[in-house]
Amino acid sequence: MPLSNRHLLGLQGVPKEDIQLILETTKTFREVLERPIKKVPTLQGKTVVNLFFENSTRTRISFELAEKRLSADAINFAASSSSVSKGETFKDTIRNIEAMKVDMVVARHSAAGTPRFLTQICDASIINAGDGIHEHPTQALLDMYSIKEKLGKIEGLKVCIVGDIAHSRVALSNIYGLITMGAKVSVCGPSTMIPRFIHDLGVDVIYDIDEAIQENDVLNVLRIQLERKAREYFPSIREYATFFGITEERLEKNGKDILIMHPGPINRGVELSNAVADGLNQIILQQVTNGVAVRMAVLYLLGTMN
Amino acid sequence: MKVILKNVNILNPEQKLKETKTNILLSDGKIVKIGELTAEDTKGEKKEFDLTGKYVVPGFFDMHVHLREPGREDEETVITGCQSAANGGFTGLACMPNTEPAIDSAEVVSLIKKQAKDQLTDVFIIGAATVGRKGEIISPMAELKESGVVGFSDDGVAIKTAAILRRVMEYSGMYNLPIIEHCEDETLAGGAMNEGLNSTKLGLPPIPSVAEDLIVSRDILMAEYTHSKIHIAHISTKKSVEMVRQAKKSGIKISAEVTPHHFTLTDDFIKTYDTNYKMNPPLRTKSDVDEVISGLRDGTIDCIASDHAPHSAEEKEVEFEFAPNGIIGLETQIGVALTELYHKKILSLEQVIEKMAINPRKILNIPVPKIQPGELANLTILDLDEVWTVDFDSFKSKSQNSPFNKRLLTGRASGVINKNQMYFEGEFFNI
Repeated sequence: MPLSNRHLLGLQGVPKEDIQLILETTKTFREVLERPIKKVPTLQGKTVVNLFFENSTRTRISFELAEKRLSADAINFAASSSSVSKGETFKDTIRNIEAMKVDMVVARHSAAGTPRFLTQICDASIINAGDGIHEHPTQALLDMYSIKEKLGKIEGLKVCIVGDIAHSRVALSNIYGLITMGAKVSVCGPSTMIPRFIHDLGVDVIYDIDEAIQENDVLNVLRIQLERKAREYFPSIREYATFFGITEERLEKNGKDILIMHPGPINRGVELSNAVADGLNQIILQQVTNGVAVRMAVLYLLGTMN
Repeated sequence: MKVILKNVNILNPEQKLKETKTNILLSDGKIVKIGELTAEDTKGEKKEFDLTGKYVVPGFFDMHVHLREPGREDEETVITGCQSAANGGFTGLACMPNTEPAIDSAEVVSLIKKQAKDQLTDVFIIGAATVGRKGEIISPMAELKESGVVGFSDDGVAIKTAAILRRVMEYSGMYNLPIIEHCEDETLAGGAMNEGLNSTKLGLPPIPSVAEDLIVSRDILMAEYTHSKIHIAHISTKKSVEMVRQAKKSGIKISAEVTPHHFTLTDDFIKTYDTNYKMNPPLRTKSDVDEVISGLRDGTIDCIASDHAPHSAEEKEVEFEFAPNGIIGLETQIGVALTELYHKKILSLEQVIEKMAINPRKILNIPVPKIQPGELANLTILDLDEVWTVDFDSFKSKSQNSPFNKRLLTGRASGVINKNQMYFEGEFFNI
């Protein structure tokens, strides 16, 4: 059974069957990654362009590796090295790339909705690798795969997303995906970083980190983007770390075996203490490995649809 | 030349005039006779139009138009804007000063006037309230008034500070000219759509409704304090409508306009990131639209204006956050108003005429055209029941950025008459 859409623009509205299919396929590729020879010929002859209009190292490497493991021809396009800076319009840039006959485009862009815009101006299959503060579907898929791998299920679990929810594409994709898969989702962070209407998405809001630890099975802790505007939304890093940072003392105090996840890169001593970042509860590096497998699954399912 | 408009209905609430199935005789652009016409009346060179079932009303007036000249003649010019107005059923318009350079000197005013001289459409000019619309120094208001400006605005942004607003209001108060305010607190501005569940779902930076409400409240208080006239442009929020209603009750000299998109569309339309739904103020929610409609009904909102904002396709066909704000509206406005307000029985035809022909002129101290012998003919001909589909390829505007393209509407203007010219069913001719 194929996926219901030839693009992956986000997890909003993606049916449960599609997510299940991606997660099951991921399992197969996860096994491939444990083999001595980690390459399969599945996408031989297909061309994938990684179109990155915003800086990214780990997501781009993860996609590139996934493409190479599937034997696709992978091309990297970064906005800084492109004609975008020479004044060419976005639409013309895309048309030019498409004219080189590409099958799939993996797009990262600072503006929300750009992947959908791409579907209107080009014929390739589009995978959203993060658009503004909108969605980052492959991150949420790898988070869900990692939860399932560790805890055996998603349905019925309580998952809390911690941090700057308002400026996070990871949060929104996780909210959509987890709710579809039957988890109970809450968010925790300073009120200035919680979108005003988030409750209407079916999400509970918690302002007390201890309560978030007590109430949940999983904490997905987001990076505080110190380089971005985030700094205007809370008084100081010290105050954030004191009131919302996850520390070993906090975990012990609440006496709880809880799964700690983080999409990386971590600000050690801010959202996670050193001890927690390296501790027994976290699966941060497994998430990174699973990321390659999830992206292989998505590329494979979309790349073999026609 | 004589023009005979046969079998028309005439309506002008300003004159308490209402006639059915009558005839109008024009000669050299003037109204000569209304009623039964004799053989003597119709002798000589003439054009006859059988307008059975149609209405002849005072020429419609759009008080919020961006003509883009000088500066962005690739998007619109004074001439194409005037033709767009005629095609949309308007005999007059007021153009906003956010051109490049801004309309903050008599030279720019005279340039626009020169371009508009031979057009059917009357072009009135809103001058910048501050030099370069920068909110720092009051514009030369006396000079601008001398050159014919009818109001002041920094449209595109609100007048920057309360201190400058006070001076602007006091100074313009000497000449009894209104300040037209784009109400948006700049420290809360900068988003791409209305703040709500939709902005959260779409991941677009939000503009909270309180950004509008704060400036509306500031301006109401300042208008009261300085006894000046304030006009709220493109009102869009529930709270702002409530505040204007209250201010009118307390006797403050305030008026307000709303655009067709703000009484028709909501932020639900942005789902596909179509930049033709991106404008400022942004599309709001259903409860805002409902309140705007009550405001139209109870008279809190005095007039309907398009905020006609042409943008080139290259500029609009980009990522939503990077697209410029604004849509065109001159050629869809009457159709949308008749469909959504008149046919849905929210406003009577008299009220539509008040809001689109009479009140905008009164706010800007422009005489309202009369339909009586001896007067220059300044008329719009309405067909209330024509069903038509909007097609932006038929627009006279240079730009096509309209969210109403392909929409089915009931009612439109069949033509206009003004300044010894007539535009009827797609053609201009001298009369």
